[in-house]
Amino acid sequence: MESILIETKEMTKVYGEADAAIFALAGINLQVRNGEFVAIMGHSGSGKSTLLNILGCLDRPTTGTYMLDGRDVSQLNKNQLAEIRNQKLGFIFQSFNLLPRLSALGNVMLPMFYDPTEDIPASEAKTRAIASLESVGLGSRMDHYPNQLSGGQQQRVAIARALVNHPPLILADEPTGNLDSKTGAEIMEILDQLHKDGTTIVMVTHEPDIAQHAERVVCVKDGMINSDGDHGSAPCIGERELA
Amino acid sequence: MKLNKILRSAWEGLLLNKGRSFLTTLGVIIGVASVIIMLAISAGTEAEIAKQINALGASLVIVSPAKGTPGSARTLLYDDALAIGEQVVGIVGVSAEQAPPPQNIKANNQTLGDISVIGTSAEFPEVRDYPVASGRYFNQSEDERKAKVAVLGSGIATDLFGDTDPIGQVITVGTTKLTIIGVMESKGIVSDVDYDGRVYIPVNLVFAKFIPTMNIGPDRIRTIYVKAESPEKISSVITQITAVLAERHDVDASNPDFSVQTQQDIIDTREATTAAFRDLLAWVAGVSLVVGGIGIMNIMLVSVTERTREIGLRQALGARPSDVLLQFLLEAVILSLVGGLVGIILGVGGSYLFGKFGSMSTAIVPLSIPLAFGAAAIVGIFFGYYPAVQAAKLDPIVALRHE
Repeated sequence: MESILIETKEMTKVYGEADAAIFALAGINLQVRNGEFVAIMGHSGSGKSTLLNILGCLDRPTTGTYMLDGRDVSQLNKNQLAEIRNQKLGFIFQSFNLLPRLSALGNVMLPMFYDPTEDIPASEAKTRAIASLESVGLGSRMDHYPNQLSGGQQQRVAIARALVNHPPLILADEPTGNLDSKTGAEIMEILDQLHKDGTTIVMVTHEPDIAQHAERVVCVKDGMINSDGDHGSAPCIGERELA
Repeated sequence: MKLNKILRSAWEGLLLNKGRSFLTTLGVIIGVASVIIMLAISAGTEAEIAKQINALGASLVIVSPAKGTPGSARTLLYDDALAIGEQVVGIVGVSAEQAPPPQNIKANNQTLGDISVIGTSAEFPEVRDYPVASGRYFNQSEDERKAKVAVLGSGIATDLFGDTDPIGQVITVGTTKLTIIGVMESKGIVSDVDYDGRVYIPVNLVFAKFIPTMNIGPDRIRTIYVKAESPEKISSVITQITAVLAERHDVDASNPDFSVQTQQDIIDTREATTAAFRDLLAWVAGVSLVVGGIGIMNIMLVSVTERTREIGLRQALGARPSDVLLQFLLEAVILSLVGGLVGIILGVGGSYLFGKFGSMSTAIVPLSIPLAFGAAAIVGIFFGYYPAVQAAKLDPIVALRHE
């Protein structure tokens, strides 16, 4: 039986108080097993970004619990959350978010700077970053700066950065949103490969064909999970197409 | 995250905007350099003053007409000097001095214009700690009978006679022929007076031959120098002089028409002036350090805004608030310390050049270097803290969305 990586129970996120309270999340119960590739879909304002922020430990739920890799992370303080992000999570952003003054290698080394568990020597950090860049096919462009790389290459650097600390969970936020469809397909190939290798991926997207790469689609509407199933039966895709 | 890694990323952050970083440090550079130069100038001035105390003798008491005395009042007379010499105990000697306007001097087929001629008493060399190098000074009887003799400052002697011995030669001062009987030792310039460039003659000769043209009365003198036996006797000597002169001038001793000063009084006045000057410079230096610090704070705030996304990304990758705080604080501290180092180099170099080519003497105070460096570090920490806190407080979600 596959173990559970993510488990949220009655998780809410409320902005404002009393009468003016807005429920961005109105009770999310979500389970993700190790090795799953889950797509989260929903309209803007549906709460999917809030959900991703909380799953990514960038924010805390107002009520409810969030168990990540067996640990309740819903009430941790900022320093503890930073530690979780460093050790358990790898982020892939729509806009890549590479530091322009660092080379591809330097960007991939960044997460190891902040490793709270060990002081990784520069030489070892470099070796690990090189291995990570090679795994996304950028072994020959390690010394290039972001402005010398194409969008697809930049996103691959970002994936290498997300992988370098070997986190159990990869969070991708519209990973192909800034790329043309051909390059987007290349990036999805990499994510598919990661999935095959056993990495757990949670991806937010609003593109149905991108969501089809996932084996499971979770549809968020009005802060709640509207549907949850394999992408063939996910009604929110059709709903979105109608809208 | 270890400190050396944070230091490195802080350094990289600064190199991002080399020109801007340099301009930001200018305020600190100027502040630190001026602290060091200011201290060097005031230490140099104090050393110069101390040298003058020794040069003029610490036991010297100076009597002069009170400033602002009404014109009709009696001022110092030659007889006052004689009375002090006779009645005051605990003194080594008394020298009355009066000077005519600068005179033309002819000797050895040369003419020197505008030379200071000083009439003194016979005890002048002893009183002023200014010995005769060759020949002799005139004695009291020569002074009283207005002997036509002169003693040359060492500079004048060289100017007029070069290597030949001036003693026994005749010089014409104004229209009066005088025989040279001695040459003083070299003393140099003390308190703006070039002792070596003057001619010393009996004060009574001044009264007889040079004063009538001055229209101030025949036996008035401008200064009486009295040398006490020791610095400890100065206050007793001052009291006695005041009593003697007050009686002779028929004035109240608490409101005299003369002033009695010590060398120390004059030095104190000068030191007070230097101290005021130094305090002013200290304020200027302090203000420029503060202004430099505000510059650093300003640029760090700009930097935090510009790099909001970077901060958000670093937080997403696992940077704790304290890591972000430290990175930006260190950037500010590096800025101010680099400014401090450059300022120290400029300050030390500037002090040296001032002393060598300027009119002021300077002495670099060793303590001023760690002091200035410490001040720069404090400025960096103080003015870098607020921007660094702003950076550390950023919400990663908001920061990542920042354009």
